[in-house]
Amino acid sequence: MAERKQAGEGAQGAARPAPAAPSRRRFLGRMAGTACGAALAGLGVGLYARSAAPLAPHALRPPGALAEPDFLAACVRCGLCVRDCPFDTLRLAALGDPAATPGTPYFVAREIPCEMCEPIHCVEACPTGALDPALTDIDAACMGLAVVLDQETCLAFQGLRCEVCFNVCPVQGEAITLAQRHNPRTGQHAQFVPVVHSAACTGCGKCEHACITEEAAIKVLPLALARGDLGEHYRFGLDEKARAGGSLLAPDEQHRYHLPEGVDYRLDAGGLRPRGEPAAAPYGDDPLDTLNRGLEGGDG
Amino acid sequence: MEQTRREFIKTSAIAATASAAGMTLPGVSQALAGSRDKIRWDKAPCRYCGTGCSELVGTQDGRVVAVQGDPDAPVNRGLNCIKGYFLAKILYGADRLQQPLLRKTNGRYDKEGEFTPVSWDEAFDIMAEKWKAALREKGPTAVGMFGSGQWTVWEGYAAVKLMKAGLRSNNIDPNARHCMASAVAAFIRAFGSDEPMGVYDDLEHADTFVLWGSNMAEMHPILWSRLSDTRLTKPGCEVMVLSTYQHRSFELADEGILFTPQTDLAILNYIANYIIENEAYDRDFIDKHVSFHRTATDIGYGLRPEDPREQAAANPGVGKFDAISFEEYAESVREYTLDYVHALSGVPKRQLERLAQAYADPNRKVMSLWTMGMNQHTRGSWVNGLVYNVHLLMGKISEPGNGPFSLTGQPSACGTAREVGTFAHRLPADLVVMKEAHRDFAEKLWKLPQGTLPGKPGYHAVLQSRMLNDGKLNCYWALCTNNMQAGPNINDEILPGWRKPENFVVVSDPYPTASAMSADLVLPTAMWVEKEGAYGNAERRSQFWRQQVQPPGQARSDLWQIVEFSKRFRTEEVWPAELLDKAPELRGKTLYEILFTNGQVDAFPKQVVVDEAGNRYDNDEMEHFGFYLQKGLYEEYRRFSLEGPKPGHELGEFDHYHRVRGLRWPVIDGKETLWRYREGYDPHVPKGAGVRFYGNPDGRARIISAPYEPPAEVPDAEYDLWLCTGRVLEHWHTGSMTRRVPELHRAQPNALLYMHEADARKRNLRRGMAARIQTRRGEVTATVETRGRNKVPEGLVFIAFFDEGRLVNKLTLDATCPLSKETDFKKCAAKVVAA
Amino acid sequence: MARQARPGLRMTRERGWWPAHRFLLLRRLTQASVLGLFLLGPLAGLWVVKGNLASSLTLGVLPLTDPYLLLQSLAAGHAVGLTAWVGALIVLGAYLLLGGRVYCAWVCPLNVVTDSAAWLRRRLGITHSARFSRATRYWLLAATLVLALATGSLAWEWVNPVSIVFRSLVFGLGLAWGVIVALFLFDLLVARRGWCSHLCPMGAFYSLPGHLSLLRVNAAGRARCDDCMDCYAVCPEPQVIAPALKPRGEDAGVVIRSAQCTNCARCIDVCSQDVFAFGSRFVATEPTRDRHKREIAP
Repeated sequence: MAERKQAGEGAQGAARPAPAAPSRRRFLGRMAGTACGAALAGLGVGLYARSAAPLAPHALRPPGALAEPDFLAACVRCGLCVRDCPFDTLRLAALGDPAATPGTPYFVAREIPCEMCEPIHCVEACPTGALDPALTDIDAACMGLAVVLDQETCLAFQGLRCEVCFNVCPVQGEAITLAQRHNPRTGQHAQFVPVVHSAACTGCGKCEHACITEEAAIKVLPLALARGDLGEHYRFGLDEKARAGGSLLAPDEQHRYHLPEGVDYRLDAGGLRPRGEPAAAPYGDDPLDTLNRGLEGGDG
Repeated sequence: MEQTRREFIKTSAIAATASAAGMTLPGVSQALAGSRDKIRWDKAPCRYCGTGCSELVGTQDGRVVAVQGDPDAPVNRGLNCIKGYFLAKILYGADRLQQPLLRKTNGRYDKEGEFTPVSWDEAFDIMAEKWKAALREKGPTAVGMFGSGQWTVWEGYAAVKLMKAGLRSNNIDPNARHCMASAVAAFIRAFGSDEPMGVYDDLEHADTFVLWGSNMAEMHPILWSRLSDTRLTKPGCEVMVLSTYQHRSFELADEGILFTPQTDLAILNYIANYIIENEAYDRDFIDKHVSFHRTATDIGYGLRPEDPREQAAANPGVGKFDAISFEEYAESVREYTLDYVHALSGVPKRQLERLAQAYADPNRKVMSLWTMGMNQHTRGSWVNGLVYNVHLLMGKISEPGNGPFSLTGQPSACGTAREVGTFAHRLPADLVVMKEAHRDFAEKLWKLPQGTLPGKPGYHAVLQSRMLNDGKLNCYWALCTNNMQAGPNINDEILPGWRKPENFVVVSDPYPTASAMSADLVLPTAMWVEKEGAYGNAERRSQFWRQQVQPPGQARSDLWQIVEFSKRFRTEEVWPAELLDKAPELRGKTLYEILFTNGQVDAFPKQVVVDEAGNRYDNDEMEHFGFYLQKGLYEEYRRFSLEGPKPGHELGEFDHYHRVRGLRWPVIDGKETLWRYREGYDPHVPKGAGVRFYGNPDGRARIISAPYEPPAEVPDAEYDLWLCTGRVLEHWHTGSMTRRVPELHRAQPNALLYMHEADARKRNLRRGMAARIQTRRGEVTATVETRGRNKVPEGLVFIAFFDEGRLVNKLTLDATCPLSKETDFKKCAAKVVAA
Repeated sequence: MARQARPGLRMTRERGWWPAHRFLLLRRLTQASVLGLFLLGPLAGLWVVKGNLASSLTLGVLPLTDPYLLLQSLAAGHAVGLTAWVGALIVLGAYLLLGGRVYCAWVCPLNVVTDSAAWLRRRLGITHSARFSRATRYWLLAATLVLALATGSLAWEWVNPVSIVFRSLVFGLGLAWGVIVALFLFDLLVARRGWCSHLCPMGAFYSLPGHLSLLRVNAAGRARCDDCMDCYAVCPEPQVIAPALKPRGEDAGVVIRSAQCTNCARCIDVCSQDVFAFGSRFVATEPTRDRHKREIAP
């Protein structure tokens, strides 16, 4: 009978308003207590959600993922994107996985990078739009940004011929280019230094995956971590000119100069030079040649 | 050997911990692996390509624990490519072969049996039995050997001696046949002497670099960085890259030129025509140093004689050339006008003109470079020669920054295959078996009776496969190479011969390659620094190294195997009576005795190998045979270069090489030669001559006119695409070493089918999808790649051959240059369908 | 007390084990099938259903989405995609037909855990139970939505044991076994039917469509009730029974109208008097007679 009584009490307490008078105050009190408890629990959960496991720097969201806060609002943790990933790149964070919020999809570039499918299966699978369905061109994806983090171990910076990151880059020549530099240490070998361009890098992680050093020298980081910001008060002049396809201003009028006989001065072609001659260095390799030809012997 | 104080404390601490934990440590010092000052460093050339970078090899406790680019090496100055970075790891793949394996059923050899471990004795027993049976029944042409441009110099030399002098068979050919035989043929035809006249220093001196069918950016990485550095730092320097598809080297190109396959012949003739029509040629140089010739044409494609293409050819395989005048030569190239060549090659006229101008400009130094694009070509010998023609017309040759330079793909394609002469027609130091005087010289030097050496060239690489297939070659030993992956037309021509019941095929390799899988007996081989060795790189630089570590298990060097095998034969078993009658004292002796303990090879007694710092090194062969085998072989071989009928190949003393990072031959009075044929640089050129091409009797280089002729197989309605095969930076050749380095495997796990996006779309393919590539000979499945490092034009697909998972050479046609016998791996007709 | 420790014993004795457990088994079968369908893909490569209960795609065409999650996502400020809306409406429609908390009794994987805890509790005779209101869940439901609104994320889903457990079963357990054990112990030792019937905001959410849902248990045979109390003992929400079984007025409806009824049908299982039956919410008050031939109780 105790059971039944308890059950009856429960019914009174919860589903229906208490029918009898003596407990109206008590009821209100209990309700307030319950509400406070629920609110406290909610606060606790909220604080936990805030503090626990922000997306780890090595964990990358699938292509088209909304910005992290929006993504956490939108992703219902259903795993459909994971299921539709043909390369098993994506995984769903399990409870206790420090990489990402439990239940949300991510990938680790060093293990399996994004193969940049076309069509983008994971985006198409997403029911909620947490992976933005507007992303149809995989080249426009921004999963992260590759950064050559450790230039001291990157073989290319040491003049070795590696360039694996460049070679595997699906947007080769746009996302990663090789800057050729003189190698002053050997004096006769060029370095082919990888340079990542944030506008084209999709963050697919193939470079990090393929990097042959023991710990990858190039890593894909979340955009927020990797990207700098110039600030609105300055623009790179050369970039602006390139983007505009020409000078932002009208070209100068022809400049004219006071010059001695036989000498030309051309702003766009190396400045001062002898008239009529192609722009060659006025000196040979051997300093003796210069010394021996005597003063003013440099003409022609 | 002394431990530093800190290390001592560390080691004691480890030992103390271990003993506290109740463990005994076999070698406590192992726990300190990587500790820098315990590593012994010594030099060795890199194991891979023909560049010949020098490495410092770090050993500790009998293991190579690290390598570093040798900072004092003139070639690479402390740098490496990604493959060199992993040199230490190629020795330690998990599946190294460690004992001989013979196919057996129920304890007996069976062609269809399972590989079963056997002793070296049993392995040599069955080999000798098969070899002797074949020799008895069919004579010396029934045995053959397939060697390698990765052999050490003395391995090649010992192999030549065993095959040509011992077993009296010229059926020995190196895999270099697939690699640079066309360069060899053309150098010999034009200059009477093999190998480039220039050196790598040209890379700093040239104004214009022209790449004719070479993706140097990936295949000769360190040389490419030298070339790039010149391009970056030298004002006015320009780079032109010609290819049938766009590859990594185009990134640097001032002019990236795509041409229709095979039309490089026409383009080169256009340049010659341009030079003549503009009278830009160097009249004086031509008058003094050049003679003109015209080669026989319509020479077929080196296919089987019954092939309709051979039947249709007027002069199949004819390499004869006749002297002509300059005017006749000029006439022969006159048809190669700008309009004609533009239409034929598809190259824009502007590019053709700019290219021709670079060669024709007397003030520009031009270095032409090429690799497989020109060598693996059904007119490889011609097209190589056409490059020389252009240089010779301008006199732009044999001087700093000016010259044609063929790059090699193997570490000792030059040093071993070419200089030692492991080809079916060659002997050391540019001698050939066809010339009696050359044979006589070799026989005398080797203390053998006259007539020992056969005068007919043996089976070259492709012919060896066909002869195995036809049952004419029955005993076959392939060492240090992987022809079942690298050779052409595997399905039709290679595999059937190897698996023919009456044939017995032996493969020596460190790893279970595709070839090993197809063999009957597999012999485990010591590799790279597990033996003492010498390699010769593309700039004639010979580099030596000492044995650094022991090979694993029962693995033995190819040298040990060859020399040990020679003990199994007595002269009367392999030589006819009439030959033995000429030297009765050789009767009853083993080939080992007459070839290797002939008083010359065994002239250097056992000694301690020690470096300047006093470190000691093993020498397993010296230990086993009881004398300094490598030194003896080398010093005997060196006499070919010093005393032979063809001067200009002089090599230095054995010990000298151990004290330097290589020497470029000819080495005379201990001095290297930089630019051959040029007075001042080359001691063979007499004073006042200026230039002398002394390889030819008249001292003149030959300009040999050769026309454009179409390739063997052209895309048609069914097989509608050109198929080009090649390599990648991350892997070396068939990948048997580099694919065993996990990092390299991860960087480039599979060969991708590079194709134009429009071509893919036409076949309902997209990037990342599997596609089947089919030719008349076979089919391979690969993933389609429409982006990335190679940008192929419409109508052409490219796939690399490193991937054992897809044997690309099932697809290729075994058409060769009929003169050099080098296969054209770059052109055949294929179709691609969705898998 | 002994009777209460083993409700349904009489039914079993009188009519056999199967009639006394048929709905229980059917439910277990349904729960297992749902999980099995989701596991068929990853384990056997047969992709009938992809995803998990949060959102799924069946046979490549039928989208299903948890409307509670959709609501949270909306509260968090995300304009949810069309597929999810369609899926949620289908799910909502289904529960409007079958009873809101059918989810709890027939689908939710935690139901097995909490049922087991309740069973063990009865068998061990644990009577102590922390007391808190059954309405707590509604407050928690409200709190989760406020939480989503305030944090702009699906914060509740960080800790929601229901979705964690199902997802973990389909995608890999991680630490989710801890959640399962914790809930089991909570229900066993702390509060009787503590989670499902007092706290779970998900159950609370699904009880909302339950106010309108069609399929209902009724006590149409209430005249036969002999007050054995087995139904109360076995019911996870025993407060829902009395209004239909023992109404204050004789005219009151026989249908259990409470939205908290999970349609688990254990009352039907354990009642040897055939008092309870499934029917629509519009079942007349006339008692259904003699559905089975009754045996005389000993």
